Amino acid sequence: MSEVNATTSLAGEEAVGFSPFRRGWMKLLRNRAAVFGGLLILAYLFTALTAPVLSPGDPSAPNLMASLERPSWKHPLGTDELGRSILGRILYGSRVSLLIAIGVVAVGLLVGVPLGLVSGYYGGKIDFFIQRITDMLLAFPGFLLALALVAILGVGLKNTVISIGISMVPIYIRLVRGCVLAVREQVYVEAARALGTKDVTILRRHILPNVLVPIIVQTSLGMGTAILFAAGLGFLGVGVQPPTPEWGAMLGSGRAYIFNAPHVATFPGLAIFLAVLGFNLLGDGLRDALDPRARG
Amino acid sequence: MRDGALLAIRDLRVRFHTLEGSFYAVDGVDWHVERRETLGLVGESGCGKSVTALSVLRLLPPRTTEIQGQILFEGINLLELDTEQLRRIRGNSVSMIFQEPMTSLNPVFTVGEQIAETIRLHQGLTPKEAWDQAVEMLRLVQIPSPEARAKDYPHQLSGGMRQRAMIAMALSCHPQLLLADEPTTALDVTIQAQIMDLMLRLREEMHTSIVLISHNLGLIAEMARRVVVMYAGKVVEEAPVRELFHDPLHPYTRGLLGSVPWIGRKQTTGRRRLQEIPGIVPGLMEMPSGCRFHPRCPEAKEVCRREPPPTIHRDDGRRVLCWLWA
Amino acid sequence: MFQYVIKRLISTVPVLLGISLLLFVMLRMLPGDPAQVLAGQMATPEEVEVIRHQLGLDRPIHVQYALFLARLAHLDLGRSARTQNPVIQEIWARLPNTVLLAVLAISLACLFGIPAGIVAAVRPNSWIDYLVTSSALVGISMPVFWLGLMLVVVFSVLLQWLPAGGTGSWKHVVLPSLTLASFVVAFIARMTRSSMLEVLSQDYVTTARAKGLKELWVITKHALKNALIPIITVVGLQFGMLLGGAVLTETVFAWPGLGRLIVDSILARDYPMIQGTILVFGLLYILVNLVVDLIYAVVDPRIRYE
Repeated sequence: MSEVNATTSLAGEEAVGFSPFRRGWMKLLRNRAAVFGGLLILAYLFTALTAPVLSPGDPSAPNLMASLERPSWKHPLGTDELGRSILGRILYGSRVSLLIAIGVVAVGLLVGVPLGLVSGYYGGKIDFFIQRITDMLLAFPGFLLALALVAILGVGLKNTVISIGISMVPIYIRLVRGCVLAVREQVYVEAARALGTKDVTILRRHILPNVLVPIIVQTSLGMGTAILFAAGLGFLGVGVQPPTPEWGAMLGSGRAYIFNAPHVATFPGLAIFLAVLGFNLLGDGLRDALDPRARG
Repeated sequence: MRDGALLAIRDLRVRFHTLEGSFYAVDGVDWHVERRETLGLVGESGCGKSVTALSVLRLLPPRTTEIQGQILFEGINLLELDTEQLRRIRGNSVSMIFQEPMTSLNPVFTVGEQIAETIRLHQGLTPKEAWDQAVEMLRLVQIPSPEARAKDYPHQLSGGMRQRAMIAMALSCHPQLLLADEPTTALDVTIQAQIMDLMLRLREEMHTSIVLISHNLGLIAEMARRVVVMYAGKVVEEAPVRELFHDPLHPYTRGLLGSVPWIGRKQTTGRRRLQEIPGIVPGLMEMPSGCRFHPRCPEAKEVCRREPPPTIHRDDGRRVLCWLWA
Repeated sequence: MFQYVIKRLISTVPVLLGISLLLFVMLRMLPGDPAQVLAGQMATPEEVEVIRHQLGLDRPIHVQYALFLARLAHLDLGRSARTQNPVIQEIWARLPNTVLLAVLAISLACLFGIPAGIVAAVRPNSWIDYLVTSSALVGISMPVFWLGLMLVVVFSVLLQWLPAGGTGSWKHVVLPSLTLASFVVAFIARMTRSSMLEVLSQDYVTTARAKGLKELWVITKHALKNALIPIITVVGLQFGMLLGGAVLTETVFAWPGLGRLIVDSILARDYPMIQGTILVFGLLYILVNLVVDLIYAVVDPRIRYE
């Protein structure tokens, strides 16, 4: 009975003729919210890549004669307490936050995915050990964990990336392990095992592709979270340090002028919001398009 | 179609609106049930029999479905009632049993509470009286130690016990009509027989009319007096149960009967072996032209491909939707 | 039930031990000499040596961990390097403020998030659904500290209705709790919506309708009680996020809670204080998860407690 079902459903999928990714792509393009999210991210990538062209000069060079100016033609978003163009700093800030987001997700993926694969595939003592450590890390809510790690490692760009990256590792471990557990018992994996296929090959050929969709979704959402966390650390003064133009730190220093120059804190926040919104919209859209089972 | 019918469905069309487009899941269906009669509704899954049953109580999602035609219960068109009037009929004079006893009981309320709720709703009893009556209903459907079981949650009961509880709930207000949608399909064979015995007995005791929906012809043969066969959203044949089994008119019915193993039928004579109808029920979006059955029909002619067949009403009261009899 | 609570409490011990080990290792990993840090820049080598001995830092590492645990068991978290007050005393003074903010925010979030999610699920793809889902997405994507500042700009600077920070009256609580809630309400609304959508397609909901129940009753009794199970999980998880958000919110509004304490301690490199606050945050989170598990038991009869 189950065998018959398996063959018919396989045949059914082939008959459709498109790979799941191709179908997912078409579905994604029809999702207006996801497309909007994608456009936000493209705009964000664009500013990150072309910041020196769009805003020539050093974004951190102070000009005390022009401090806390309201938005004008010369400085469309006004100037900060040191007279620097807020627009220019926001444009350069997109490079910083993009760098952080990529770094964080890389740390999360490089550490979390292998650990999750191993934990789910082998089970037993390794799984137990990895899961207890994951439990412990998860006992600290994400942002607090990153904050605690910064407290140990110290402030700065590199430590911000490492801290937030580690704080995301348990999420990837859990996600990948869950998928592996579900896939491991499937007929084709058992068959591959029975045929004596090497574990590494099974992990790479059979299991990783199935875990890919949730990882892609999580990566998009994770980039958003990374930007948000990094900005939070920057805002508290324990993240990227001035004079590097970082959105959170800009907001943090603008806070002091909230009564007489609210624009200083407003615009960097808007930039954070739009970037995070873009990744969240795209992540949601990807989930709906690629993984209809896991809606939420 | 006599006026005295308890439930008469006339030219029922049910249209689903989906993202891929809209289509008719039920396309011009007519049948009726007499008082105290058991009607069998047969067909493969996807033929529209469950949709028909659900539309009687208007249980299909209202925003994505459109129901046309008439559903006359004691002469009143249920499709024209407002929600308040409809609520007074649901679970009271017309009730329903579903296929999956595992999922059709609410997992977070006790069985007794779920039955008592219906009784409170329609009979205006106090909570205590309703609870006692719920326990009585559980006793009636032969659940052992009903007082204790009433306090159990659905997951604490076996599949058969759960279906008994569903039946108790459906019959708790002594309905005139019971719509039973594949009531035993999810159960194993011995339990199936017990549940069918129970339904037969309750039908005699409570004088309830039953519409039994099933793809299991053996079950229909045992329970029903008259049978309506549906295919791809249409009624293809209607006949008293005996005639249908002895002399099926529609090629689809013949196919259905051919694919049922009959104990006692000689393997070498007649239709020699267990046959299956080739192909599958067409998807609702890709209905074939002409007769909807023609791609699978062994006796399809040229006309079957071109034009939809007429309904033939025969003198013996049987009807069939097929060019063979035109 | 009582036995389950006991069991569950006992099972938190390994996690707590793990956290304590982590904190201990963290103390080892600190740049520089903890004794020197504690003694301060001006201390003589002899003074540093005295402190080293007092802290037991001259003993073998496992003895040090045992001593650390023993002191932990007596709630002795050391003294703050910044104020010289006992860490536990400082934490105890700030804890009620953070708890007040967190409880207010969670209550507000449930009060608005759950009904919004239900309404969206009952009318999927309607304008109200779009309104709820898009505002939820905005809520998740918005940095809390920015929202807090914008609320200050509107309500304190422009309208001058509410104070921009500090404590004292109920007016001081409004903006911080709203800020903190905004973020959680979005998650709860999203979860309620998807959970309700799932539940509303279940057979037992059709059964409830077939009984003749009013639609409002079908939704609020039969569907909601089932949908609550994943919602409770999210509320529990969100409590953790909330503690993280509290750090930022408390900083924005100069709210004297644990969040600000930890930030100030990090900025001042007050390691005993950092250690203590992190431990308390971990403990709070574990306690909340315990409470969540107990609420499960009330809502879902399928969970057994043996």
